[in-house]
Amino acid sequence: MESNQSKPGLLCNPEGSQRTLYPYVTGTSVVALKYKDGILMAADMGGSYGSTLRYKSVERMKPIGKHSLLGASGEISDFQELLHYLDELILYDNMWDDGNSLGPKEVHNYLTRVMYNRRNKFDPLWNSLVLGGVKKGQKYLGMVSMIGVNFEDNHVATGFGNHLARPILRDEWHENLTFEEGVKLLEKCMRVLLYRDRSAVNKLQISKITEEGVTISQPYSLKTFWGFSAFENPTLGAEGSW
Amino acid sequence: MTPISPHKPAHLCLLQSSLSYSHLAPSNPFLILAYDKIAVASHRLEPMRKGKRKKKPSPGSSQRERESQSHLLEQKENPNKNPHSFTERERHCDFCLERETKNDAVKMFRNQYDTDVTTWSPAGRLFQVEYAMEAVKQGSAAIGLRSKTHVVLACVNKANSELSSHQKKIFKVDDHIGVAIAGLTADGRVLSRYMRSEAINYNYTYESPLPVGRLVVQLADKAQVCTQRSWKRPYGVGLLVGGLDESGAHLYYNCPSGNYFEYQAFAIGSRSQAAKTYLERRFENFTGSTREDLIKDALIATRETLQGEKLRSSICTIAVVGVGEPFHILDQDTVQKLIDAFEIVQDEAPAAEPDAGAEPAAAAEEGEGSGAGADQAAVPEPDVAPMDI
Repeated sequence: MESNQSKPGLLCNPEGSQRTLYPYVTGTSVVALKYKDGILMAADMGGSYGSTLRYKSVERMKPIGKHSLLGASGEISDFQELLHYLDELILYDNMWDDGNSLGPKEVHNYLTRVMYNRRNKFDPLWNSLVLGGVKKGQKYLGMVSMIGVNFEDNHVATGFGNHLARPILRDEWHENLTFEEGVKLLEKCMRVLLYRDRSAVNKLQISKITEEGVTISQPYSLKTFWGFSAFENPTLGAEGSW
Repeated sequence: MTPISPHKPAHLCLLQSSLSYSHLAPSNPFLILAYDKIAVASHRLEPMRKGKRKKKPSPGSSQRERESQSHLLEQKENPNKNPHSFTERERHCDFCLERETKNDAVKMFRNQYDTDVTTWSPAGRLFQVEYAMEAVKQGSAAIGLRSKTHVVLACVNKANSELSSHQKKIFKVDDHIGVAIAGLTADGRVLSRYMRSEAINYNYTYESPLPVGRLVVQLADKAQVCTQRSWKRPYGVGLLVGGLDESGAHLYYNCPSGNYFEYQAFAIGSRSQAAKTYLERRFENFTGSTREDLIKDALIATRETLQGEKLRSSICTIAVVGVGEPFHILDQDTVQKLIDAFEIVQDEAPAAEPDAGAEPAAAAEEGEGSGAGADQAAVPEPDVAPMDI
């Protein structure tokens, strides 16, 4: 990735610019919450190419080091770039071999710096990131947006999840959810998103991170119900429509 | 600093030396010493056959005489030799450096391999690096000790004159790291600035404190660079770095050679051997020590290096860092109160110090016999006569 500062000509010429202007292959919402033993995170496996649901097996959640889990929505290629950066970060951290390791808070802050830095160069990584983890019993859940806004909370969501999932979480989340309760709550959120978000696909993964480590579930589908009476005869009140 | 009397037998110098040439010559110490001298002298006498040994002197001949001969020779052949060489203050002959205090006596000879740091000697040594480590030993003492949860740094602050202020030797690097230096304080100041900058940068990126172990490695790498560039010189300062990280409290020593070691307790600088001896006796208890005990031990160790001089808060500095306690230097009043409160008396160490510490407060001077093992001040016993000096 070359800096735009070294190519002033290109910067003035929009066609020649090499910065991110719009995203191409995107993932939709990620939802996450803190529960008793750690963090639970859910994301579907869709990669949309504009309005086409093009890719249906994209893993949008990855473990980082021993203590963290990263989920991303937005441009998939930028997410892969970030994973590359983080790989290097964790590698150097391990190379010290000194009993210290980067925890979720450190990784979150590192990502904030990276995202903000790119935003300042007008070449953002077009992602909204969710970073969760547990270290030494401390649970951590944070979010970073593509312009470098970051914060920590007990439950976070990206994209449409902010509008559809968070109200549910605000009502129903409480401290010390059990694993089953947490999964049920997440599935409720994901189901709403599946019904209402046009770029959602019905194939999702739920992952959890605890002191022991990371587990990402196998992909599965949610049950949906379309048997509403209004759907039986949709053109009842509107002759000629379909 | 008065020079050592020139009548000290030459072979005794060798026995205290850290060098060991015994593999090169047989048992006779005169021969061993002579090799050293001849190696240097022959350089002057036979410039074409560099380093070649002329012949071994017969054991009976006078060492001093030969030394003075080659000494004169050297003056004659090299009139431009810099009279203000490194060894000027402490030497008793042109060839060697001998430090004045009995405790730390070591002999280092000038030789043809010590001009720059990028020259190895045939024995595989970098003399400039070793000289830099000598500079550390010239500085006033610095002491560090650690327990599981706290690290205490102490140092002796000598002022140039009554008019001037004391040299600053303890620096806060971050809330959880501090460093005490001995040696060239200017180098120490520059390195402290580097450490502070590293700690801040790490904190900015990761919003979490820089682990001490990593800072120390970075420092050591920086020092190593200076031992491998012909246009640089090694830093002439030893650093005692104390700090906390997620694995507990740590104390490290960074030396100019680029090495670093972790310690339970350590002392550097002049007359540090006395402090080290004290710490060696006591270090096994340090892990479980309370904060107050640790400070007390630091003060006692500091007093050891003063060798009879009265311990006052105006000549020493104490700094503490611990779990829940950010790094800070204790102010003078607190230190003086601690010195008074501890009522430090002579413990069972043989009376190298003539007075029983001459501490204020309790007049409890115990005789050597009854004082065995007791650190605390006993109630003054009227029947026990005070120790006669």
